[in-house]
Amino acid sequence: MTRVFLALALTLFAALPARAAVDIQEVTSPGGIEAWLVEEDSIPFLALEIRFLGGTSLDPEGKRGVTNLMTGLIEEGAGDMDARAFAAARDGLAASYDFDAYGDGISISARFLTENRDEAVALLREALVNPRFDEDAIERVRAQVLSVIRSDATDPNEIAGRAFDALAFGDHPYGTTGDGTLESVTALTRDDIVAAHQNALTRDRVYVGASGDITADELGALLDTLLGDLPEAGAPLPGPANVALTGGVTVIPFETPQSVAVFGHVGLPRDDPDFFAAFVTNAIFGGSGRQSRLTEEVREKRGLTYGVGAWLANYDNADLLVGRMASANDRVGEAIDVVRDEWAKIAAEGVTETELEEAKTYLTGAYPLRFEGNAPIARIMVGMQTMDLDPDYITTRNDKVNAVTLEDVRRVAARIYQPENLRFVVVGQPEGVEPVN
Amino acid sequence: MRNLIAAFVSIALLPVAAQSVQAADVSTFELENGLEIVVLEDHRAPAVVHMVWYRVGSADEAPGKSGIAHFLEHLMFKATDELEAGELSETVALNGGSDNAFTSYDYTAYFQRVAADRLELMMRMEASRMDGLALVPEDIATERDVVIEERNQRTENEPGALFGEQRRAAQYLNHAYGRPIIGWKHEAEALTLEDAQEFYEAHYGPNNAILIVAGDVEPEEVLRLAEQYYGVIPPNPNIVVPRQRVEEPPQLAERRIIYEDPRIANPYVIRTYMAPERDPGAQEEAAALTLLAEVLGGSGTTSVLAEKLQFETQQALYTSAFYSGQSLDDTNFGLVILPADGFSLEQAEEALDGAVAEFLEEGVDPEALDRIKMQIRASQIYAEDDISGLARRYGSALTSGLTVEDVQAWPDILDAVTGEDIIAAARRVFDRRNAVTGWAMPAPATGTDEVTQ
Repeated sequence: MTRVFLALALTLFAALPARAAVDIQEVTSPGGIEAWLVEEDSIPFLALEIRFLGGTSLDPEGKRGVTNLMTGLIEEGAGDMDARAFAAARDGLAASYDFDAYGDGISISARFLTENRDEAVALLREALVNPRFDEDAIERVRAQVLSVIRSDATDPNEIAGRAFDALAFGDHPYGTTGDGTLESVTALTRDDIVAAHQNALTRDRVYVGASGDITADELGALLDTLLGDLPEAGAPLPGPANVALTGGVTVIPFETPQSVAVFGHVGLPRDDPDFFAAFVTNAIFGGSGRQSRLTEEVREKRGLTYGVGAWLANYDNADLLVGRMASANDRVGEAIDVVRDEWAKIAAEGVTETELEEAKTYLTGAYPLRFEGNAPIARIMVGMQTMDLDPDYITTRNDKVNAVTLEDVRRVAARIYQPENLRFVVVGQPEGVEPVN
Repeated sequence: MRNLIAAFVSIALLPVAAQSVQAADVSTFELENGLEIVVLEDHRAPAVVHMVWYRVGSADEAPGKSGIAHFLEHLMFKATDELEAGELSETVALNGGSDNAFTSYDYTAYFQRVAADRLELMMRMEASRMDGLALVPEDIATERDVVIEERNQRTENEPGALFGEQRRAAQYLNHAYGRPIIGWKHEAEALTLEDAQEFYEAHYGPNNAILIVAGDVEPEEVLRLAEQYYGVIPPNPNIVVPRQRVEEPPQLAERRIIYEDPRIANPYVIRTYMAPERDPGAQEEAAALTLLAEVLGGSGTTSVLAEKLQFETQQALYTSAFYSGQSLDDTNFGLVILPADGFSLEQAEEALDGAVAEFLEEGVDPEALDRIKMQIRASQIYAEDDISGLARRYGSALTSGLTVEDVQAWPDILDAVTGEDIIAAARRVFDRRNAVTGWAMPAPATGTDEVTQ
């Protein structure tokens, strides 16, 4: 056995492309709507990513699920078209619009051909500005939402995630699912849905990324057509969530062969001076790929799981450090012990010089590879805007990763990994795992 | 919404978009040792996808050894003559890349995505495990546990996946498509180092592999590197061509199964019919079936089943039709219905059959067919934006008995299908004697661990 390939890799990494090859233009429409654009005219289509902040957290008291149901209805009839006429028009243009409502926003991922862009934009505008919310469509989509709620109630992954969120966020909207409950969704009226539309899709909280075959001027006109007629402002955004997690183990009995465990505690805000050090540290600890400490200890050495990871979850109104794994009922207890030991170990000892250098090499090399195609580029640009980053961030981000020192990591590890506050929520029939409050 | 429902029904739906490819900038080569090479150029970003596909999958396993193709795929990340266990992935990561592998019925593939100037390093390492795998006992037990946890996660904890296994087992009495890719649990738990070694020696080698390189590369340079690293590997004399597959006997009787599981919240019916696959030089029937699936169930709003059952009679909450023609041997055409509140599975199945019978009488709506063909043409434009996806399509086609020419001809063959072709294909495939009809429904919890069987 030799380490010849590793040695070769280490000598090569200086040649990695340090910068992603994307050229972002900041565009402001004649009507004052802002967007980021990457012009890429080699393929005749445009990927457009739109995000409205707020999302399902805007649900009024007693109306849980209304933003989600409204979002599910946006494509189900608009202007003079009912649901089927709308879908036929969309498919005839070979355009696609994907809508998703979640705790921090509503995202719309659209793509359309250059050859019929004006028609595709006009159609999407009808959905955003003039949705019909026909009674028959409401009942049809409501029934689909209720079936999803029923289904999630018997899915251990969903049960675990929701129980964890409830412990973490209590009464904040993050503490319950944006899908709502059977009762709350059943009680929603058309008026509730219309109000949710007015509250959620507003110009004061919209972010746009566009990548593909379009000029800045054309995009400006498109933005005004698409979004110019939306209301200026909507319902107030929810305030910060207080993370209420305490150390311990919550067991939720559920008949299934493999237990699902979600674990974590409070995290670190993105604008904290230590955020980059925390990001690099956690890539070593729980990052994706086979090289993280958690993967090495839980999967590679012991075979206790198919996948384990931990990540800094930065929501708009809360910051968590969370992880997830699944392990057979008779082995999950051991897996939990290993995770807990690793949590304590990194808090006490930090990481090694080699681990830090390898993580930097990986993270800086992987970053340019994220910009793979128009849709991912449009999505990344929206994410950057919602985090208040400049376009220039793309060229400086790797420098920030490289600037993290071993001392930074030691300090940050002791700060962010808090074994005494680590909460596990386990769903299944775990053997030998006792609840600890 | 519809996506969520599709997810819990647990069926693989391939949109038309996933089946068309652009023909531009494709180069092909073959080395003397039999390695086939496909190069797809995309110079927009300085990245490359490097993949090696083997013409072996779970359907090439011996009876009693189900799961060995997939288990071996896991073990391919362990030591080789030149690499330590885990070193390949570690090296990829150190170069900022990502890597993984996957196993299906007809193929096993390994890939890395890295900066384009790292291609040579990827080839050195991938060539090393093409004939130099060096398995040791200590790697076996732990990785087998990982595979069992993978099966727990993907299958034992997913009632839809368990139901799917039972349906396939009912569909194929003799052919290995009736066994799960990941293996039956009791067999996967018993796989040994010798099983893996034997499977590796029987199926791996340049003469059973396809190299696909896609991204910011020049074809001649790829060929030069491939000759240097893969060209030196001798062909494996154990490789048997054509692949040895047992034939399924003619199905003479409809098969019906009922799967009960307390974890199923919304009951549903899935019926699959045995159906022909895409064959080299003869893809017309498969093209008609592909469009049949689109016309019947491709859209949750405008397709025939949605119109009739979700909008008109409102007997269904969700309907779908699915067909994947890419398969070495006979494949399936499927229909799905999830009944609306107040309708039983029996009523739902009857409504489904009624809708299909009406469709056969009414024929294909020409406007609906035009819309689908427009989407097929557009999908060739959209596909150019996803070079990794394009690479995957070539790989899966070439390991499923098709040629590069077949892949490139496919969009035109789809475009030439008429409404009459679709109805004729539908009349041939919708034969209940060829079908497995499955009902999935909740059942009271048993109070033991045995809920899954």
